[in-house]
Amino acid sequence: MSNQPAKDGIPLRSPQDAAGAAAAAVALPREAVDEAVVANRSASRHTTAEAEKRLRRRYAAQRRFKAYGITAIAIAVGALLWLLITLLANGLSAFQQTYIRLEVTLDPALVDPRGDRSEESIRTGDFGGAIRQALRERFPDVVGRERLRNLFGLLSSGAEFDVRDKVLADPSLIGTKQTFWVLASTDVDMLRKGFFERQPDGGAGGRLNAEQVAWFDQLKAAGDLDLRFNKRFFTNADSREPEMVGILGGVVGSFLTLSVCLVLCFPFGVAAAIYLEEFAPKNWFTDLIEVNINNLAAVPSIIFGLLGLAVFLNFFGMPRSAPLVGGIVLALMSLPTIIIASRAALRAVPPSIREAAYGLGASKMQVVLHHVLPLGLPGMMTGSIIAMAQALGETAPLLMIGMVAFIVGIPKGLTDSATVLPVQIFMWADNPERGFVEKTSAAILVLLAFLLTMNAIAIFLRKKFERRW
Amino acid sequence: METPFSSAQPGTAPPPAVPLPNEPPSIVARNVNVWYGDKHAIKNVSIDIYRRQVTAFIGPSGCGKSTFLRVLNRMNDIIEGCRVTGKITLDGDDIYDPRLDVVQLRARVGMVFQKPNPFPKSIYDNVAYGPRIHGLTRSKKELDEIVEKSLRRAALWDEVKDRLDEPGTALSGGQQQRLCIARAIAVSPDVILMDEPCSALDPIATAKIEELMDELRQDYTIIIVTHSMQQAARVSQRTAFFHLGDLVEVGSTEQIFTRPQDRRTQDYITGRFG
Repeated sequence: MSNQPAKDGIPLRSPQDAAGAAAAAVALPREAVDEAVVANRSASRHTTAEAEKRLRRRYAAQRRFKAYGITAIAIAVGALLWLLITLLANGLSAFQQTYIRLEVTLDPALVDPRGDRSEESIRTGDFGGAIRQALRERFPDVVGRERLRNLFGLLSSGAEFDVRDKVLADPSLIGTKQTFWVLASTDVDMLRKGFFERQPDGGAGGRLNAEQVAWFDQLKAAGDLDLRFNKRFFTNADSREPEMVGILGGVVGSFLTLSVCLVLCFPFGVAAAIYLEEFAPKNWFTDLIEVNINNLAAVPSIIFGLLGLAVFLNFFGMPRSAPLVGGIVLALMSLPTIIIASRAALRAVPPSIREAAYGLGASKMQVVLHHVLPLGLPGMMTGSIIAMAQALGETAPLLMIGMVAFIVGIPKGLTDSATVLPVQIFMWADNPERGFVEKTSAAILVLLAFLLTMNAIAIFLRKKFERRW
Repeated sequence: METPFSSAQPGTAPPPAVPLPNEPPSIVARNVNVWYGDKHAIKNVSIDIYRRQVTAFIGPSGCGKSTFLRVLNRMNDIIEGCRVTGKITLDGDDIYDPRLDVVQLRARVGMVFQKPNPFPKSIYDNVAYGPRIHGLTRSKKELDEIVEKSLRRAALWDEVKDRLDEPGTALSGGQQQRLCIARAIAVSPDVILMDEPCSALDPIATAKIEELMDELRQDYTIIIVTHSMQQAARVSQRTAFFHLGDLVEVGSTEQIFTRPQDRRTQDYITGRFG
């Protein structure tokens, strides 16, 4: 090939010619050499007009290729930004909630029915009545059942719990008059945040009538109605009322489920990968296992949910909606991913390291434990964390094992009924009330924050333990 | 193929230039054949390797010299589909005897590879690894001594004594290769196999390694595979020429380079192919 005659009619110079030219050049003065070089330039087949055209075409192709890449990245980043901006626009408001300031008289007859200031007595106290009384005092001219019901509709049904908790913490408040910020209803909240449009008849959003809007304006003008940080969103579990929902139930459920999942699939996945990659003989049986692991990684996750339902719930009689079962199902789902990632990490360990260890007389076990595993571990951890992040976002298999139930309590153990963050999002998204829209977006933001954190940990671990060779 | 033994076969006619030692050979290989699957990589090779000498294996690429080197400490065991027949003994022990422990064999026959391959651990741990896994030391002090002695023997001590806990991979290429030699001699093997140890090094580092080999041969049997005939001529006392899986000729280095018996050897060393 090297001696191929020039297609363009320019003959290749033989090495002898070149050597001769160089020898002749030595004898020439510098200017003459320069001239000769310039004159000789056109003689090269790589400097003809046609060759330069070819060169330009090559660079143009390269520029085009780069442009495609940049376009693809721009589209991806744009789509991501759009998602994020939409979520932030919809969801950020959920971190604040509308409260109404009221002067509440803590009448002992209402809030402490037994009169002994004990916890049981206060728990049975009618704080709702006390708050309603305070609201009536704020608007003394409101009379009549219908109008009073509208007035009380400004308050959330959960308003009394905050006041009760404060009194429980300090029973000496009983009998005094105190200022409380009490939770407003979701409709008031929506109006305050501007999600309800005012109607020509004076009402708003089809949920508040003219008189309610008037009270709202009056309270707002007096500074008695304002947005405050929504702590409840981080400390509560699910609720029927959008102003009272929180994600803690879902977060704790996700944490418990993922803990079970990690404890099950990391050791099993890594052990399987090490055995398959380092110890197993290469024959049709291990090939079959490998193919099936790859197939399992591609099985739709809902199938794993059905498996969990059939095997763990129906056959073994494990509790429904429990993080334990959810974790087992997610572990089955993550196992192939972890095995594949771990095998890739082991395969990436350079053979020269293995050879060095074998050459020193290390046994197979020592080679694997002392050298291959430490070098492969960052990759294994990264793979596992990414599998965990996938499991964190998984909804479908958990629907099948009953983790989609409406659960108001925060799960306390692995066998308690629980739900997880993505299922919580799914349920809220299903809810038609306007107040749930922002909560759904906010929960998605929290889920994304968790995923980003996990991926950041994965990158950190990889950088920390990565060793160069 | 004709039988590749020349008159330089040890025991029959010792070459005059380098007199053979009076002791029996350390490694004796008889009728060794190696197959990779269907490929016949080593064909009926018989050779004796003597103590306290550097034996060089030379030959064109793919001639089987590296393969034969790896047969000597059974590094070929790791390769799938590799089959070895014939008999190789190390100080009288058949190294392909199923009862022989390969871990023990590799402790007796150390190896230095083409590309410096220190572990991604500290310099100290690199050298201490072999003694540790073989349980050669009882105390930290003893281990420290072995590490220092090995690094001194590998002519690396003065360069690294103040930074033993730095990673071995941070050293220069030549230093890394000397670290690998120190690592190999820390196990105190009888034989050191070197598979083109200088091919990734610059001339100065190469000179250092060659100097080191000359010193190490006081205590060790050294076998080196090399592409460079000059290197073989410089460092070795005996040279074996491989071609297409055959051992064409073996004899004293001087005899091989000055009076080769076989036509192929002559063609190779005069640069007609290779």
